[in-house]
Amino acid sequence: MKKLVVGLAALAVFATACGAKGNADDADTIKIGGNFELTGPVSAYGTAESNGAKLAIKEINEAGGVLEKQLKYVELDNKSDTTESASIATKLATQEKVSVIVGPATSGTTKSATPSVTRAKVAMITPSGTDDSLTLDDQGKVQPYVFRTGFQDSFQGVALADFATDHLDSKKAVIIGDSSSDYAIGLTKAFKDSYEGEIVADENFTADDTDFNAILTRIKGKDFDVIYMPAYYEQAGLIIKQAREMGIEQPILGADGFSNQALLDLAGEENVSNVYYSAHFSLNNEEKNIQDFIKAYKEEYKTEPDAFSALAYDSVYLAKQGIVEADSSDPEEVAKALEKITDFQGVTGNFSIDENHNPVKSVFVIELQKGEEAGGTEVAPK
Amino acid sequence: MKQFNKTNLGWLIFIAVAFLLIQFGVSSGLIDAFYEITLMTILINIILATGLNLIIGFSGQFSLGHAGFMAIGAYCTGIMTIKLPTIVGLLAGLLLGIIVASVVALIVGIPTLRLKGDYLAIATLGVAEIIRIAILNMGSLTNGAAGLSGIPYLTTWQLAFIFVVVSLIVIVNYIKSSAGRATVAIREDEIAAESMGINTTKFKTIAFVIGAATAAVAGGLHASYFSVIRPADFTFMKSIDILIIVVFGGLGSVTGSVVAAIVLGIINVFLQPFGQLRMILYSVALIAIMIFKPSGLFGSKEFTISDLLNRKKKATSKTPKQKEEVK
Amino acid sequence: MENFIQQLINGLSLGSIYALIALGYTMVYGIIKLINFAHGEIYMVGAFIGYTTINVFHLGLIPSLIISMLLCAALGALIERIAYKPLRNATRVAALITAIGVSFLLQNGMIYLVGPQVRAFPQVITKKVYSLGSIQVNQTQITIFATTVILMLALQFIVKKTKMGKAMRAVSTDADAARLMGINVDNVISFTFILGSALAGAAGVLVGMYYNSIDPMMGVAPGLKAFIAAVLGGIGIIPGALFGGFTIGIVETLISGYGSSLVKDAIVYLILIVILIVKPTGLLGKNTKEKV
Repeated sequence: MKKLVVGLAALAVFATACGAKGNADDADTIKIGGNFELTGPVSAYGTAESNGAKLAIKEINEAGGVLEKQLKYVELDNKSDTTESASIATKLATQEKVSVIVGPATSGTTKSATPSVTRAKVAMITPSGTDDSLTLDDQGKVQPYVFRTGFQDSFQGVALADFATDHLDSKKAVIIGDSSSDYAIGLTKAFKDSYEGEIVADENFTADDTDFNAILTRIKGKDFDVIYMPAYYEQAGLIIKQAREMGIEQPILGADGFSNQALLDLAGEENVSNVYYSAHFSLNNEEKNIQDFIKAYKEEYKTEPDAFSALAYDSVYLAKQGIVEADSSDPEEVAKALEKITDFQGVTGNFSIDENHNPVKSVFVIELQKGEEAGGTEVAPK
Repeated sequence: MKQFNKTNLGWLIFIAVAFLLIQFGVSSGLIDAFYEITLMTILINIILATGLNLIIGFSGQFSLGHAGFMAIGAYCTGIMTIKLPTIVGLLAGLLLGIIVASVVALIVGIPTLRLKGDYLAIATLGVAEIIRIAILNMGSLTNGAAGLSGIPYLTTWQLAFIFVVVSLIVIVNYIKSSAGRATVAIREDEIAAESMGINTTKFKTIAFVIGAATAAVAGGLHASYFSVIRPADFTFMKSIDILIIVVFGGLGSVTGSVVAAIVLGIINVFLQPFGQLRMILYSVALIAIMIFKPSGLFGSKEFTISDLLNRKKKATSKTPKQKEEVK
Repeated sequence: MENFIQQLINGLSLGSIYALIALGYTMVYGIIKLINFAHGEIYMVGAFIGYTTINVFHLGLIPSLIISMLLCAALGALIERIAYKPLRNATRVAALITAIGVSFLLQNGMIYLVGPQVRAFPQVITKKVYSLGSIQVNQTQITIFATTVILMLALQFIVKKTKMGKAMRAVSTDADAARLMGINVDNVISFTFILGSALAGAAGVLVGMYYNSIDPMMGVAPGLKAFIAAVLGGIGIIPGALFGGFTIGIVETLISGYGSSLVKDAIVYLILIVILIVKPTGLLGKNTKEKV
């Protein structure tokens, strides 16, 4: 019984701690919600985005805030879980009364949060949810409260298929995709639908795998001239390493999931040659805003930003621009203003929001040789 | 229910009061949209936990595959209601889920329930993973890893509440029936039960099928309330989450599972603002609870209305401690 | 044919990793019948210790391996004393939940301390590749394979030939009777955890080096596979872990190589279930008679 009392006392402490948090004076702040995967299987992406978002909030506040008010960032962890994502999206929208929500990082958690934000009429900007259907409902009508700053799958997959034909002169492709990730499946489908050459093999792995020798041995004997690899850097790095060590030398083409320093570390720089991937930004880009972002990010977190953190950083600035153009922190006004943004200038490109709430920006395909960026090709939206 | 006695009346009043309290909370705005999600999660978890408790706590069969049956229910309901977005579609989907889950449980149960203890656990875990991988590979029917989205929002908390009550009545009545007593006898000592002429495979399978069917109902409610389901929602970790509720409440205590689902749901709400620390606090709490109260909140005892009514009489005669080892 | 041999080699090298982790699982299970779900996490911690000693203190592979084994052994003993010992007379399920709690704690503790990102494991030994025709084997694959077999033999020796091993076997058969015979059961159990955790530490460093990738969630999937390997081979039996690990590794590789990698896990589970139904104590398990 004593133990039960201790337990209850601990609960009470939690309760008061939470209660105290909720009662901040809201008069002179504008609240921005963060719904990110801080724990669970995809916490690496969620945490990177959380870092990017926090950096943007800090900068905006140091520069004087928005509409002469400081931003207050309220972040909750969705455990990489769809139910939890719906729950905290509702909490942010109805209890915390945020003006706009940034996140989550993946398509699944974004989809499950969509009914919550739609009922509460609060806009949600997902930095890296790529599924085409995120911003559209099943009738093909646009979801009024869902926006994104990353590429949608169909656009990126098509751009990469074009690139494989036009720039890599490939006729036969092998696909190595992650069957457990909707990101890879969406990209695979888009690529298959528009690639002009022949697809020789379609191999799959799951995100738990670390050993890819079996599928690599299998494709080694085949005749092909490009590997299309829709995967995140964690697995892509290992596949590149194992493939190159096995003597598979064909060019490897990937998507924005490659965009992380860890890709080079995992594969070993000597192995990363003839690797191409579509990126939102390049660490070598000379533009001032990009270099400033990279510098600020490094100072804050002692590591280089990746695509996830850059997209989340832009998402917060997009939210800010929405609030400024709405001239109000009212969530519905902000959502309306976000629809009309035409001239957003971010580190992941300058873009407008189209009628389906997707950013209109070009894909920038980066070429890597010996672990170094050796060139870039812009593939404009068709 | 043989007679409509004081106990049943007491439970009826208890359920009605609980319902009215929640109804009052919702209509007065005390339970807002956020707490309603928590409420739904708790209600769904009650169905899952009591169903699993029937398998583990009452029949003594250690199953780690509950999430698989939940997935079957969720996908049946999801697919059905997308085609037929009405309450009829929802009920048809739930029924379909119950049927498919029961059939799968039957096919799987008859051979595997011969296994004992941890071997059964690992076999049921395997079954759940096979179900999940099958769903992952069913092409456009289940939409692979991306899962189904845009499932019509048809479940209200009232409906879920009704399903909780129904599944509790089914489970409790089964436990109190002669078949249920045979099932408990298997838990206590399988060989002794068998020598008393109990067909152990039959009763173990019945408990397993009932548990699977209730899990399918919970999955269906989950699908139609949260509108998005992915294979990744029904991994081994989901089974573990349900198992934690059951053990926390007490193996062999239906009321314990109900209370544990509520308590863990509330703890989750309180821990939400802690970000990454939350899971650390949760795991420390889990270890501490198990160390200090390994038999769970209720042990194998039940909270009963008749106890409440006869509390004075009972004070003198204590019930003997039950053996609760899962073999 | 060459392709097939190459796939077998791939399978053996994957299998030896499962076997290496499964050895620790099976030891602990054999003695206290606890599915130590935290074992995969100790393996993860071992990999991070190796990463730190090599990256920060610039030690070589062998000292790193030893430090990782020692620290993991200490961690294992600590976990056993704090979390499992109070539960020795509780239900098996309660102990299992505690093990899961410890596993959550280690995972999330590491996410909190070092962040959830993957890290590249420093490459301390040069990778030699031996080829025969188109068949390739690299140095690390051989190292891991050899380590697994040697450790298996060493464990077998400890369990069968030493005094401590005799005590372990006694405790695993009947802990109460062993206590009556004057065996310090607590020490024997602690020793088992120390041994099992040290193995996990070694596995962490070796696998981290082999795949070049470590992260706080890395223990989950191999931990589960290793446990399945242990059950398949006959849990509690040391050569069974090796046998089960190789079987699963080869089956997985052959399915990926000649069938569809989409269903490889499903088939592994299917084989497991069928084997359990046909021979409930695993491939190398002895059938014990039920006593009334």
